[in-house]
Amino acid sequence: MGPSGSGKTTLLRLLDGLEFPDSGEIYVGGKRLTMESAPKIRANVGAVFQSPVMFDASVYDNVAFSLRFRGFPASAIKKNVEEALKIVQLEDEAKRNALTLSGGEAQRVALARVLVYNPELILLDEPTANLDPSNSMIIESVLREARSEGKTVVLVTHNIFQAKRLADKMALLLAGEMIEIGDKKTFFESPSDSRTRRFIDGDLVC
Amino acid sequence: MGGLEIFIDGTIRAVEIILSGNPEIFQITLLSLRVSLTATLLGALFGIPVGYLVAIRNFPGKSLCIAVINTLMGIPPVVVGLVVYLMLSSDGPLGFLRILYTPSAMVIAQTVLTFPVTCGITISSIISLNPRLKETLVSLSAPRFWEAVILINEIRIGIITSFITAFGAAISEVGAIMMVGGNLLGYTRALTTAIVLYTNKGEFSMAIALGIILLILALFVNLTLTALQMHYRRHKG
Repeated sequence: MGPSGSGKTTLLRLLDGLEFPDSGEIYVGGKRLTMESAPKIRANVGAVFQSPVMFDASVYDNVAFSLRFRGFPASAIKKNVEEALKIVQLEDEAKRNALTLSGGEAQRVALARVLVYNPELILLDEPTANLDPSNSMIIESVLREARSEGKTVVLVTHNIFQAKRLADKMALLLAGEMIEIGDKKTFFESPSDSRTRRFIDGDLVC
Repeated sequence: MGGLEIFIDGTIRAVEIILSGNPEIFQITLLSLRVSLTATLLGALFGIPVGYLVAIRNFPGKSLCIAVINTLMGIPPVVVGLVVYLMLSSDGPLGFLRILYTPSAMVIAQTVLTFPVTCGITISSIISLNPRLKETLVSLSAPRFWEAVILINEIRIGIITSFITAFGAAISEVGAIMMVGGNLLGYTRALTTAIVLYTNKGEFSMAIALGIILLILALFVNLTLTALQMHYRRHKG
């Protein structure tokens, strides 16, 4: 979590290898993320950013895309895409052009597009910002499911209640610095930094 | 005969020619269509991949390269004709091909004209795509080939526009094919070169008739391409 401009999106972009740090090192799954290693590491990382971009193709083709270049046979693609669409509750929209989807539906397709290749690490940037409660609930249930399957989910959110509902571990970013990181209970009940307490209480305005 | 009478007479003759199925005119029309369509397709075959690579890659002199391609979009056909003529003439570097004054030479000259059109429109279409689209493809680990599949699909309406523009430039030009084709009856005479010939001979009605056939031909090809474009636009939602 963190206020606007604190570096949350940049952190996710760094973890996805879309940007590289000026100093310091990043490890994903124990492997050092560099410009050279990024393509290989990224194959096992799925990222869903705010207002995701849909391809000008059907919902089915959007989700099937990652499997096609991974060389999956057609039957496996069909099975996996149908499963992924079912998880995000869009199985009836497979044939629809993805550009005609609402914001919430597009967010769910973007999530399915990532889930379909079964990444170990899922990065999400405010996936439920500006979504109605029913779309938010669907996304939250998908994330819970992913966690129960042992995947690591890094979720950026502005919503303290959502963080409380979903997180095992919490981190707070302020002006590009991670000032607090720890398990959820400690984070909310006895944070080490006074600014964390102020953020939780809604007193920290940046 | 005054201008208006010539035009009316020409229109009547055009209808007569079309209905009578004059084999000479039919052959001229077919050659025009064959040369210009082939040149449009060849121009696209080279223009789309080159345009894609220029748009997607970063390299020194990229802006200059794009400016040159855009300038070539408006190159006068006679200049192209002259260059291709010099290349294909018996003393030229490609003289050994011995294709000067053949339909192949006409196709080459028109391909030089259509290439910058398809290339330039591909570049501007790719550049105007949402930059986050490319980033999404990187994030999904798409290999370069698959990245191209998605991006080319995104600009398919622009590609059809480039076909329309390139075909229009090819079918209507006279300078280049006149120089490298030679306007030989029954072999390299196309609609535009025939129009020039009939005009020079003072046979204005015939020239007008061929002009009308040329317009009908261009209209027919463009209607097909526009229908395709509208189809894609509708499905874009």
